[in-house]
Order: sequence, then C-alpha cells, then structure tokens
Amino acid sequence: MGMTMTQKILAAHANLPEVKAGQLIEANLDLVLANDITGPVAIHEIQRLKKKTVFDKDKIALVPDHFTPNKDIKSAEHCKCVREFAKEHDITNYFEIGEMGIEHALLPEKGLIVAGETCIGADSHTCTYGALGAFSTGVGSTDMGAGMITGKAWFKVPAAIKFILTGEPKEWVSGKDVILHIIGMIGVDGALYKSMEFVGAGIKNLTMDDRFTIANMAIEAGAKNGIFPVDDLTISYMKEHGAKPYTIYEADEDAEYEQIITINLSELEPTVAFPHLPENTKTVKEAGEVRIDQVVIGSCTNGRIGDLRIAAKVLEGRKVAKGMRAIVFPATQAIYLQAIEEGLIQTFIKAGCVVSTPTCGPCLGGHMGILAAGERAASTTNRNFVGRMGHVESEVYLCSPAVAAASAVTGKISEPSELFS
Amino acid sequence: MKSHGIVHKYGDNVDTDVIIPARYLNSSDPKELAKKCMEDIDKEFVNRVNLGDIMVANKNFGCGSSREHAPIAIKASGISCVIAETFARIFYRNAINIGLPIIECKEAARDIDAGNEVEIDFDSGIITNLTKGTSYQGQAFPEFMQKIMKADGLINYINEQLEAV
Repeated sequence: MGMTMTQKILAAHANLPEVKAGQLIEANLDLVLANDITGPVAIHEIQRLKKKTVFDKDKIALVPDHFTPNKDIKSAEHCKCVREFAKEHDITNYFEIGEMGIEHALLPEKGLIVAGETCIGADSHTCTYGALGAFSTGVGSTDMGAGMITGKAWFKVPAAIKFILTGEPKEWVSGKDVILHIIGMIGVDGALYKSMEFVGAGIKNLTMDDRFTIANMAIEAGAKNGIFPVDDLTISYMKEHGAKPYTIYEADEDAEYEQIITINLSELEPTVAFPHLPENTKTVKEAGEVRIDQVVIGSCTNGRIGDLRIAAKVLEGRKVAKGMRAIVFPATQAIYLQAIEEGLIQTFIKAGCVVSTPTCGPCLGGHMGILAAGERAASTTNRNFVGRMGHVESEVYLCSPAVAAASAVTGKISEPSELFS
Repeated sequence: MKSHGIVHKYGDNVDTDVIIPARYLNSSDPKELAKKCMEDIDKEFVNRVNLGDIMVANKNFGCGSSREHAPIAIKASGISCVIAETFARIFYRNAINIGLPIIECKEAARDIDAGNEVEIDFDSGIITNLTKGTSYQGQAFPEFMQKIMKADGLINYINEQLEAV
C-alpha cells in the first residue's frame, strides 16, 4: 500500500520503511517552536524532567509574539521567563522584538523550516509550514517541552483527505477564500485527526503567500496538518530564504485517501466566515448588509507582503469610512520594512489606517484592537469564536485582505470589485 | 480508578478560547486559570462545579488554539473527567499529557443530560448514568497512551524512559 506525502515524511523521520494510518510512531524532529504564552508552561514542565539539556540548540525557535511588545506586567514576566531560558540554553533562534515577527511568518522567512522536515510547535497554527512541503503540526506545551529535550514526538500516523485544486482564481480571490470555502464545505471537524493534502494543476496559480494562508488554517478544519507539493515556486522561495538543504517527498500513486475533493479555483468567490465558527461561510455577495466597526489586516494567516499589497491596492487613494478603526499588522519586521520601501505603509496611513508593530495581539483578543460589546470586526485572522477578539458579545467576520480593505472603505462587508466598477 | 460526580453539559465545538479566554493567558497558575474556566460560555460554571464533577460535550471538544491552559483550567476547577463524542486532536494529546482523564463515547455524550449523576470506571471504560439507570461503553485508550496515563503524564513517562536507558 502506498503512502501519502505526510506519511512518507513521518516514515523517514521514524526510520521506518513504511507507516500506515493509525499506527503510533516516534518521529525525530527538525524544529521545535514555542512562543511567550506556551513557552513558560513548557519551561515549567522541563524543570520536572530528569534530563534538562535541549536536544539541539539550533533546532529550537523561541518567538515572543503574542503579548509583545509586553502588554502588562504578567506578560513581561512570561517573556522574561522565555528570554532567560533562551540565554541559559544558548538557543540560537530566539527573536527579540526588533528582529521578530509573528512566528509562522517569521520561521519560513528566516529559512528555519524547509521541505521534507518535521516541526512541532506549541501553537496550533504551526501547520502553516505545510506550504513548504514540510510536516508541521501544533501541540501543547508539554509535548513541545518534551520535544525540546528529546528531539522526538509521538504521533498517530494520520489518514488523509486529498484536495485536487484546478483552475485559476479570479481577481480578488486569494488563498484565504480557498481555505474558507473548504472549511465551509467540510466543517470545523471535517478533517479531524487527518492530513489535508493539496494537489493539482491549480496549485501553480497560487502564490507562496496563498499557500501559507491555506496551510495555516488547516487546523480550523480540525486537521493534524495541511501540506502542499514542492514545485519550482517552493524551491525558489527556499533558496531566497536561507537555502537550507531540503528533501522533496511525493505521495505514492497508490496512496490511500479517505476522501477526494476537487475544487475548481476559478469558480470561487470572495468568501466570509460569519460568527462564531470558521465554517459559517457565505460568499460576500450572499452576506447582506453587515455594518462593521473595525478592520484588522495582518496575522500569521494574512500579514505577508502579498496580503499587504492587495490591501494597499484597494485602499490606494481612498479613505476608510467615517468612524472605522482599521488596523494593519505586517507579520514580521522584514515585511514591515518592505512595505515601507514599496510605499504601502504611506497608502495605509493616508487612507486613515493605523499600522502596528508585528504582534498576534488582536487575533486572540490579547491587546491592540479589542472589541467592546456589540461591536463587529472584519478580520483577516483565523478564528471567530465567541469572545475571540474581545467581549463575548462582539463578533468577528473572517475574510481576505482584499475584502477587509474594501469593507474598511465602505463600512460594511464588501467585495473589492464594488469599488472598482 | 473511578470517578463520580454531577454533569456539566455543553454542545458541539467547545473551543479552547471559551474554555479559557486569551485575556487570562498572561498567567500559567492552575488556580488562577480555574477561576476563569468556561467564563465565556458558562459564567456560573465556577460557582456550580464541585470536586469530582464531570464535563460532557458533543463533537470536537477543545478545538482551536493549542493552549494547554485549557485542560489545566478544567482539571484545576475540580473536573475529574471529560466525556465527548469527539475531541480536537491537540486537546486530546494535552489532556493525556497533563493527566486529565478524557473518554470518547458518542452514546454517552448524546444521552447524558446536565445535572445527571455519573460514574466512570476507567479500567473498563464503562460509564454509568446513575440518574437514568443506563450505562455506555466508552472507547478504551491505545496501550501507549495508557502507559502515559499510568505514569501520570508525559513528563513522568519520559523520566521512566530516561531511567531505563
């Protein structure tokens, strides 16, 4: 029986000729990630371990990005805990705010994760690196802490769903619309415990930023990981970002999939997820009159340069609606700088947006754009659960950067094409 | 090993943001987290819960963020076991790793009501509803996970492995 792409990576890292869905294995890890929320819990657990030295100081990434720049004293103490751990263990990849970014945009940018590698991170959106053809998945703090010490993690080998992507997305349709459409189709537990493997001729029509967005939100369908094949675009991205040696794995012809779903990208429309689940999707055309108070453009899902370019294209020469709070978060310092060089930041500010240092802040209702009771946000983030961005009676509508920018201008959930007709 | 208590019942897709909202994640102290447990979905939970009580929910319990603070908060609030139709995978791993007993059982999840008195026998996986006089067979854990639970969590299990080397 053949193996899926994910199963091949896991087999290689477990030193096994083959693995099957449902099998429990122990796999070697190439990268272990923590942030300022999950790190301290893991560091506390590590104190209880009989071995206290990390498995490889070069294969651990510590990124204080959630409550940074430190939002209060408790957060400052959490960050200090991570900082001191990094110092004590001489961790190579610890990123202070001046060199940081939101972890899932930062790690690929720094070339710390490449095709064929395995990564666990104590953050559910660690599945982002599947865009590069890596196996990466979110875990809790204890799993991550154990991984930092042992360099291994146990996994139940996942079954898979194959998504065959065909065609080319229309103007204003991006990776975010693709993944929202998929989650709307299969539900927030539609891929529970499984891999989402993306294949097909349509992939060449998706930018790396689109693929990062799609892989990033695999967790929102309950998946263990999302993964893309490695093509010329992936290879050039990896070469541009550090040129670490990589390995290309491909699914076998006779690999077994629990489900095969074909999606014609050219048929997709700008899509929005209504409160309070990412599966509550409608096309923007079907959304009706949804007035909004705040727009958030950024996050590990949609804070990359391609996302900012699209948002700026919509906002160029326009103003956000009266009373609108529009907040733009470049995902990393490098992306921020590039956005300045390309004139995107000027566009945002002239349009009446505020631009923030990279942080996860508003996405998880931490800081920098918290909602009051009864307020609504159109956001390029990844979750719209009850109380996710603030008050339990606030609402979050998930959308693409293009839709978020258009909505900032009109004051209601809108298609960009409305502004360009 | 048995657990016995009153049921707190929830629906589908109870996410880790409502189990413990992010605004409280600047603490990792179980006692502090327990005070805020379920606040955004069930404000009265913390006043109602007694040591040994049981949480029952439907599909995809613990979906969303990987925050281990969620099972920590539930355990620290006094809950002795969570029964659900299915669990989100990260929550499932985290619960085992920190020693919060969880059982997947579709029948129990659907039939048990809030306030029912329930007893769980972890060795057999049998869930008994003392209020309704019914019982359900929960799913047994794979041997490997049982080892982690017997060691009372992943850290102790790894320590045992390290000693064996």
